[in-house]
Amino acid sequence: MVKKKTETLHIPDAPNRPGDSPDFEKWTWTPEDLKRLKIDCSVDDTREHANGLVRVLNDNHEAKGEWNPNLKSEELKIGLEHMLRLRIFDERMMKMQRTGKLSFYMRSYGEEAIAIAQTMALENQDWLFPTYRQPGAQFVRGRDMVSMICHCIGNEEDNVKGRQMPVHYTYREGRYISVSSPVGTQFSQAIGVALASKYKELDEVTITWIGDGASAEGDYHYALNFASIFKAPVILNVVNNQWAISTHSNFASGIQNFAIRGLPYGIPSIRVDGNDFLALYSVTKWARQRAAKKLGPTHIEVLTYRAGAHSSSDDPSRYRPKDSGDFWPGGDPIERLKMHMINIDEWSEEEHLELEKRLDSEVMGAYKEAVKFGDLANGPYPSSDAIFTEVYETPPWHLQEQWDEMKRWRDE
Amino acid sequence: MMVNMNMVQSVNSALDNMLERDNDIIIFGEDIGYFGGVFRTCDGLQEKYGKHRVFDSPLSEGGIAATAFGMGINGLRPVVEVQFADYIFPAYDQIVNEMAKVRHRSGGEFWCPATIRTPAGGGIRGGHHHSQSPEAQFTHTPGLKVVYCSTPFNSKGLLISAIEDNDPVIFFEPKRCYRGPFYGDPHNVPTWKGHPEAEVPESYYKVPLGEARLAMEGDDCTVIAWGTMVHVAEQAIKNSGISCDLIDLQTLVPWDKDAIVKSIEKTGRCVIVHEAPKTSGFGAEMVASIQERCFYHLESRIERVTGWDTPFPHTTEWDYMPSPSRISEAIHKTQEE
Repeated sequence: MVKKKTETLHIPDAPNRPGDSPDFEKWTWTPEDLKRLKIDCSVDDTREHANGLVRVLNDNHEAKGEWNPNLKSEELKIGLEHMLRLRIFDERMMKMQRTGKLSFYMRSYGEEAIAIAQTMALENQDWLFPTYRQPGAQFVRGRDMVSMICHCIGNEEDNVKGRQMPVHYTYREGRYISVSSPVGTQFSQAIGVALASKYKELDEVTITWIGDGASAEGDYHYALNFASIFKAPVILNVVNNQWAISTHSNFASGIQNFAIRGLPYGIPSIRVDGNDFLALYSVTKWARQRAAKKLGPTHIEVLTYRAGAHSSSDDPSRYRPKDSGDFWPGGDPIERLKMHMINIDEWSEEEHLELEKRLDSEVMGAYKEAVKFGDLANGPYPSSDAIFTEVYETPPWHLQEQWDEMKRWRDE
Repeated sequence: MMVNMNMVQSVNSALDNMLERDNDIIIFGEDIGYFGGVFRTCDGLQEKYGKHRVFDSPLSEGGIAATAFGMGINGLRPVVEVQFADYIFPAYDQIVNEMAKVRHRSGGEFWCPATIRTPAGGGIRGGHHHSQSPEAQFTHTPGLKVVYCSTPFNSKGLLISAIEDNDPVIFFEPKRCYRGPFYGDPHNVPTWKGHPEAEVPESYYKVPLGEARLAMEGDDCTVIAWGTMVHVAEQAIKNSGISCDLIDLQTLVPWDKDAIVKSIEKTGRCVIVHEAPKTSGFGAEMVASIQERCFYHLESRIERVTGWDTPFPHTTEWDYMPSPSRISEAIHKTQEE
């Protein structure tokens, strides 16, 4: 039989592949483009904001425009510190992964601003329903780094007891809801979390994130529809980092704008520069005010670029130009905030170096403390009794029987 | 020509042969186009056959299954991949209510010859959601055929049969065995090199659906397994010192009644092994059917060695998966009475 040669279907492609030079359209958006919106604006009022890009930091690292949140120097320093903390933490964990101390790892490289700025813009009682790419929110909520490492290396102190892969954090105390591997599921669940808060008449807002790739799952659309119908106090973020492992965002949507998909659902929608700490903070604060005033959901596209690999199991040089992240017009979120702070005389290269050093030793110290409780390469692990506990509130007889059998084998 | 292949290469070879033979075959799934799949099973196929025949899909298992359904009822023969069997559930409605039933509900006017390939099973430190073996969730669905391969040779032959079959087939690939058999010892990581079942013809051949493979031959016990557990059971039989038939079931629906009945009539004893949880696992169906068909030949009660009725763990997965010692003890138990 002869092979069919004609390409009869329209199949998209990524704009650049290995061997090409990364070719991003130059940004024409400036912080002055878009007016600050009233919190009780209509869906139509946000059309421009969904089609444009909310920025605060311009290309010269100045904070401009009506969306400038005018943060105090102290807040800027906290934001910068958390972002840098996350980057250094990620680097250390990746090294540990290479030595077998954890099975798998995922960095937030290039996306550090997102969860950190957005969580800082919320109140402590607000619920966070993250993907695996928002671990930084935990720093904002005060999670102990040792505890985070213990989870990742699956040792005796792992608070999820060796049940989940690394980076699948749970941190109830910080209202950071358990991460699940099936992509997108949290997005629709977040509506339920938000409605429960509303039912209980509590001043709580729920924020959730989904990737551009996962926005192709049904859960994304369930979320928008339910949120719109029930006016849920929820902030719905599509983090468009343009890659889902090897799948370019061209395969996630037929239009290259994720923000505007909220409009036909009747949800005010905004696109924001995901590498601009100040813009993220500002838009999120605004969305929280809307939710708190019972004005319903906000849909946000966070435009960014996955500067690193999807995970430790991934090699992006097989499907996109090497180091393509270096060419992203949005730059590096840490560098941008740092340069802005230097510009306004609130920071210096010396202070930055010092901070780096301090965080390095903080991470190293946490690492040394965590491995005292074991690691994946050498154990000790959480007891295998944890296979059987918390499957149900109380183990039924059949599970008890199997548990006894497992113990017999284990303890033999 | 026979070539030594691992199971990534043998699956790839099956897809390659079939794309070559039949223009109606279209392959799609997450990351399988340009990149060739996260396990590399589709490597090189897009380049060879073009984007319109091998392409990336959105991250939407429900959409993948629905599109395969539509293509299937309109004359194509889609072969789709769900990246991990754990992620098949958004597609469950499309598979269970739609694909499986369309032939029946339309009075035979429409049918869906789709194949859904999906890597399954544990042993790769994948935790809850990269380790499950959900075959029983599909064997319970009338209208679906369910295949679980275990070696490079049977993966290729079974996949070709699945693709050519005019009913929808769920095709499980034991991901732990992609690059080598697994004998229950995580520190021993052999490759497929030198394994007799890794000698695979480069050209088209079929292993028929509905037929089991006699992986070892013996007299005193029948051990039934599928997927990764075939190899673990092989090790267990060797350790037990008892002469056993090892039946690699290969197809779960429809399963090979004749092979099972024949073996149990000979041995009178039986152990069933699977890594999925015990309750309502396919082992339960085996036990029930065997006692219906071979009651007077049974010399002892049938043993089941399975995963526990719990989610699949991450760090302690070796305490979860059936081990050679657990299986071996079960074989001994069948000899007692």
